[in-house]
Amino acid sequence: MVQRWSAGVLQYAEMGYWQPDYEPKPTDVLAAFRVTPQPGVPPEEAGAAVAGESSTATWTVVWTDRLTAYDHYQGKCYRIEPVPGNPDQYIAYIAYDLDLFEEGSIANMSSSIIGNVFGFKALKALRLEDLRIPPHYAKTFQGPAHGIVMEREYLNKFGRPLLGATVKPKLGLSARNYGRVVYEALRGGLDFTKDDENINSQPFMRWRDRFLHCMEAVNKAQDETHEVKGHYLNVTAATMEDMYERADFAREIGSIIVMIDLTVGYTAIQSMAKWARRNGVLLHLHRAGHSTYTRQKSHGVSFRVIAKWMRLAGVDHIHAGTVVGKLEGDPLTVSGYYETLRCATADPDPRRGLYFEQDWVSTPGVMPVASGGIHAGQMHQLLDHLGEDVILQFGGGTIGHPLGIAAGATANRVALEAMVKARNEGRDIATEGPDILRAAAKRSRELDMALSTWGDVSFTYDSTDTPDLVVTPS
Amino acid sequence: MTMTQGTFSYLPDLTDEEIALQIRYALGNGWAISVESTSDPRPRNNYWDMWGLPMFDMRDPAGALEEINACRAAYPDRYIRVSAYDARYGRQTTALSFLVHRPL
Repeated sequence: MVQRWSAGVLQYAEMGYWQPDYEPKPTDVLAAFRVTPQPGVPPEEAGAAVAGESSTATWTVVWTDRLTAYDHYQGKCYRIEPVPGNPDQYIAYIAYDLDLFEEGSIANMSSSIIGNVFGFKALKALRLEDLRIPPHYAKTFQGPAHGIVMEREYLNKFGRPLLGATVKPKLGLSARNYGRVVYEALRGGLDFTKDDENINSQPFMRWRDRFLHCMEAVNKAQDETHEVKGHYLNVTAATMEDMYERADFAREIGSIIVMIDLTVGYTAIQSMAKWARRNGVLLHLHRAGHSTYTRQKSHGVSFRVIAKWMRLAGVDHIHAGTVVGKLEGDPLTVSGYYETLRCATADPDPRRGLYFEQDWVSTPGVMPVASGGIHAGQMHQLLDHLGEDVILQFGGGTIGHPLGIAAGATANRVALEAMVKARNEGRDIATEGPDILRAAAKRSRELDMALSTWGDVSFTYDSTDTPDLVVTPS
Repeated sequence: MTMTQGTFSYLPDLTDEEIALQIRYALGNGWAISVESTSDPRPRNNYWDMWGLPMFDMRDPAGALEEINACRAAYPDRYIRVSAYDARYGRQTTALSFLVHRPL
């Protein structure tokens, strides 16, 4: 004990950050880190270093620790496991006492857990794989402004995935032309259209002009179909004041939904979630930029952590992968993200990359959005993989239809409804899907054209981010 | 344009056999069937006229179909929809809702 407090440098493991006997408390925040230690650094020391640097430690002994109940505030690495088939990597499990965190603040939780430690020299690489947020902490967050159940009641749409499309080309259209795409897609059968992440207020189209034309399009499509329709008006801007101004205007002209980008930051997201609940407007989040830190398996933050944080932060929608589209997404990993966004409680499931149990204590579910390189010919796979509470967004797959945008929208809606109907009738859509689509196409010229245009398009590349805690057949 | 509310509005109108299959699916999930009608299908009109109470104890698709046909006979000039309600904790909301009749 004398040595513990001698001035100078000690191993983190010797300072109390490695506690293999520690039993995590139900109130602890638990983290699973994928650690790649530098050569010569023992795994326990690496795990202890992560626990230390993400809680109380600094590089040397400080006597001021002794002014505190330091063992209470120390992060504790309580388990370390080798990653099967990867001798350089370990999973370090760390428990943090609830007192380390400010109530209801994603900024604080993320600064605490990933703030400093990722640049630590003794580690070659580090990845935050998953978190267990105890109910005591989860309950301090607002959660989704509305959530899946409320959104469906608000839209009066039940029993099927929702359909959307991002307006293309995403840059360069004037407000009037942009609104045309919105109108055609919505009247053709989509529930939503969407601004892209980088459509904010540029010289070719300022935000107010876009909002006005989009709402004209939404209202006209609603009048014609008698369905509730929406366009995600992206209110992402340089300052919070600008975002509030745009969101307020969107609400005033009757939009049921606004949108923000992940790039606005966690605090701005939480502010907009409060705004969204206060104003009865749905909040869509585009995960712009996430792949810079979520995609590589050895370093960064897993998307399942981002998904958890965004559910707590309070968004109603978040993009979460398609499995079959053009963007990264191993099927089991994506199903883990969907579970994280939608479930009431989850058990640990290493097959799907879920390291911990998670009790959401009646926090509403977030509607996952599948977007990027999907088309009507994949409808059976999409419904089979992603289920019913999801928004399927066909951008190119709507707007690129040879008979026009409305026809593209109709093709997607017919394919979707035919697939849901067949599934409910007891048919095995995973195997009979193509037959079901062909039969539906006999009664829909729009779907027939879509299938002949895109029927064979698929994106088959190996995924980068795959679960590896248990050996799974690939 | 055609009014396209409901889960299956972009498909040809469902036959009674097809309706019975959807009801069987709903009952298999433990959902309660209800029948409602309206002559005012605006997008913001959630509250259609209830054809009796939700049939919490009806376990037979044929029984539900009888109610649908009785409603059709009473209101041939209205829209009629069938909804399936999921009362489980965490949902407590409609699980499926589709048109079974358009005004003649």
